Amino acid sequence: MNLFNKPAHVLHDMLINKEITAVELANDLFARIDEVEGEVKAYITQTREAALAQAKAVDEKIARGEEISFLEGIPGVIKDNICTKGVKTTCASKMLENFVPPYNATVVEKLNAVNPVILGKTNLDEFAMGGSTENSAFYPTHNPWNIDCVPGGSSGGSAAAVAAGTAIWSLGSDTGGSIRQPAAFCGLVGLKPTYGRVSRFGLVAFASSLDQIGPITRDVTDCAHVMNIIAGYDKNDSTSINAEAPDYTKSLTKDVKGLKIGLPKEYFVAGMDADVEKAVRGAIKQLEDMGAEIVEVSMPHTEYAISAYYLIATAEASSNLARYDGVSYGARVEGTDIVDMFKKTRSEKFGQEVKRRIMLGTYALSAGYYDAYYLQALRVRTLVKQDFDKAFEKVDVLVTPIAPTPAYKIGDMVSDPMKMYLQDVCTVPVNLSGVPGISVPCGFSDDGMPIGLQIIGKPLGEETLIRTAYTFEQNNEFHKSIAPLREAK
Amino acid sequence: MSYETVVGLEVHSELKTNTKIFCGCPTTFGGEQNTHVCPVCLGLPGVLPVINEKVVEFAIKAGLALNCKINKFSKFDRKNYYYPDLPKNFQTSQFDLPIAEHGYLDIEVNGQTKRIRITRIHMEEDAGKLVHSGTTINDSSSACVDYNRTGVPLIEIVSEPDLSGPEEARVYMEKIKSILEYIDVSHCKMEEGNLRADVNVSLRKTGTTKLGTKAEMKNLNSFKMIESALAYEIERQTEILDDGGHIVQETRTWDEAKGMTVSMRTKEEANDYRYLPEPDLVPIITSDEQIEAIRAGLPELPDARKKRLMADCGLSEYDAAIITTTRQMAEYFDVAIAQKADAKLVANWMMGDLAKNLNGEGKSISESPVTAERLAELVNLISKGTISSKIAKTVFEEMWKTGDAPEKIVKEKGLVQITDTKEIEGIVDSVIAANPKPVEDYKAGNAKSIGFLVGQIMKQSKGKANPAMVNDLLKAKLD
Repeated sequence: MNLFNKPAHVLHDMLINKEITAVELANDLFARIDEVEGEVKAYITQTREAALAQAKAVDEKIARGEEISFLEGIPGVIKDNICTKGVKTTCASKMLENFVPPYNATVVEKLNAVNPVILGKTNLDEFAMGGSTENSAFYPTHNPWNIDCVPGGSSGGSAAAVAAGTAIWSLGSDTGGSIRQPAAFCGLVGLKPTYGRVSRFGLVAFASSLDQIGPITRDVTDCAHVMNIIAGYDKNDSTSINAEAPDYTKSLTKDVKGLKIGLPKEYFVAGMDADVEKAVRGAIKQLEDMGAEIVEVSMPHTEYAISAYYLIATAEASSNLARYDGVSYGARVEGTDIVDMFKKTRSEKFGQEVKRRIMLGTYALSAGYYDAYYLQALRVRTLVKQDFDKAFEKVDVLVTPIAPTPAYKIGDMVSDPMKMYLQDVCTVPVNLSGVPGISVPCGFSDDGMPIGLQIIGKPLGEETLIRTAYTFEQNNEFHKSIAPLREAK
Repeated sequence: MSYETVVGLEVHSELKTNTKIFCGCPTTFGGEQNTHVCPVCLGLPGVLPVINEKVVEFAIKAGLALNCKINKFSKFDRKNYYYPDLPKNFQTSQFDLPIAEHGYLDIEVNGQTKRIRITRIHMEEDAGKLVHSGTTINDSSSACVDYNRTGVPLIEIVSEPDLSGPEEARVYMEKIKSILEYIDVSHCKMEEGNLRADVNVSLRKTGTTKLGTKAEMKNLNSFKMIESALAYEIERQTEILDDGGHIVQETRTWDEAKGMTVSMRTKEEANDYRYLPEPDLVPIITSDEQIEAIRAGLPELPDARKKRLMADCGLSEYDAAIITTTRQMAEYFDVAIAQKADAKLVANWMMGDLAKNLNGEGKSISESPVTAERLAELVNLISKGTISSKIAKTVFEEMWKTGDAPEKIVKEKGLVQITDTKEIEGIVDSVIAANPKPVEDYKAGNAKSIGFLVGQIMKQSKGKANPAMVNDLLKAKLD
């Protein structure tokens, strides 16, 4: 029936109008998975049986004439670093290859309350450390727009599944761009909410002060609907914001008249891919034509953000990942004594990138280096935040590229971690300052790869982001393009 | 060579909250292994801590009781080290902004008051417990972890190196225990490990000011252990210094069986804890109003209470100090004197027969079968002359056994003091008649004989005759 490439809001209407059943929809997705998952490899775990049961329950509800809420019966996937009770949560690591959480993340509880059909758990860079999903301990995920390319990361599985039509919507997590960049690479909409807007309880921590869960969807409408479900205060997360979440769908209006858009000149860096620059500049021109006011702003500390990010994120990671020691859960490699067991377990079960970051973070926190690295990075973080505060005194949103290039070939960057880290230049300042950022498709490269536009908002400014992104999206057809997965072979 | 001993204590006290510091699990001691646990205290992937507000309140209470400045902006930090009893391999503790700082505690040693400065008080989580397969860590082939204690709230009270020896250290520890009990924030059951101390000790040449190299002794959980370990350590360090050697900075442990301290690890092997601000918790902001509300809710503390007992009740400093050792004792005393019982008598009874019986049965004063009200009734019977002090002892024993009111016992057993002159005179006459020899002796100038005669009279009256009247009447008849 080719339902797989439709957005959730369209499928929701079809369910309500009884044009389709939830079971038909689920089966359509299963067929699509059977067809393309072998090439895309977006999934780590599939939960078809549970999904089918969920779909049946929704059909019964519809048959009884009951109302269904937005995501009911709509198949989606969850990044495999978000805990799901009774379903393996691996973080794409050998360390947690067989780890089955005894509890649900808060976002999963919130989802369960609205009866979606969960198809499974998606691939990622191990413990969300990376920007290409090549760091998965199991296998890399492929970009549905070009099977030879990376889908971005670390939420590459979540993005690739939606782009390939093996899921309608997905949840990712974003520590330095891990929702927005794969969304951009796969021609989708990805939102990193304000830090604290969505509960982190049950998100396996990479860098606690930067991590946020958010949606990756086919369009802005779906993004707003998923946000309505997952956003809100959680008493189990001390860093969550104690303020009621608005109805984000009310911001699905076409209106940017008088909106002040800031262009931070530091984000349009030398070395940026020409296609990216062209697409982003084109998008800005469109927004201006629709009535927005474009203002150039300066964010002078942007160039230091990457260094600060890779010290703070790794420092926190070195502590967050200390618990994987083989004692009470996860993988264990036996040793001659307890210390030997710790060493062997961690040496053998963590991948290269994870170990690199643990070492970097451990170093940054060590006596004698703490002031020069970690503390200095915290100071830079404050300056980066101040850049945003100052910019937002003048403008409502900032518009930038998501990444310097479109999706690149698998294997192209694995040998050069520094080059890989620099890919995050446009996204990490947003995490460092805690503000929200959305990625919305704004064009294609000459090679036909999607390009994303980043819109950055004030703290709790998700509504403005959704409105701006929606206005732009509705003025274009990019979101209607379907990844040419089959042709790419 | 003569040396001065320099001692500082880090006292760890478990707080008596119902639930753990970062989750809702119970803090109850004991319990089947790994039953008081949840994903949060087990440190499972993805969990987040939520601070138990009671812990902050209790820590502030302790801070105020120990004359500290409360930091209105305080935060948690992670202390990173690998140990199998620590599920996250970091302990959530406080580093540079503890809840309380710059306090002091006055202690009395040899009649002198000495002020011990308190550096800081911080909050942290306790670790789990390793259960070894053998009897000691060295003869065990494996170990299991019991996480019931993981996440039980602790405060650590760090003193300046102001203590000068084993006795001061013990007195300081006793006073800390007393205060924590007074403010009701800890069970302070040392045998259950919920009050324990790490003791730092170094020596320096008498008259010099530069601190010597210290040794740290971990986890001492009795007053005796603190005193013995310190005494041993001072001797050990003195010998090394006298022989021209150097003290190695190290962590030592007290081996109770051998009666000596044993090296655990030297400074070179010490951990670099790589403290990191805890990103999963927000800073603790405390307002002046909150601090003042907690201050207003503090009970009268031992020093103030002692002064009051001396000034208002006329107790000696010694008696007042003993009565105020624990809050339970002080409250027992207050209840008794509220019944208009003579304060000095109440104090004497508490320190005498009551203490003896409590110790004998290993009971605390709150478990005493003789309540404060009953003791007051007994004391009042003595003051009114209804019974003699001697009879009162018998009555007290009966009260201890039955919990009955003293008046009831006195009545039932016919123990009312005889103050009737005629009745006493009759007994005196009969004793004089029955004992001509001692009467002769007395009259011949042997004053001691009168004691024997008094004894006989008391015996005949079954101890009920008023002793003063007996003396007067006997002397009047013989002289």
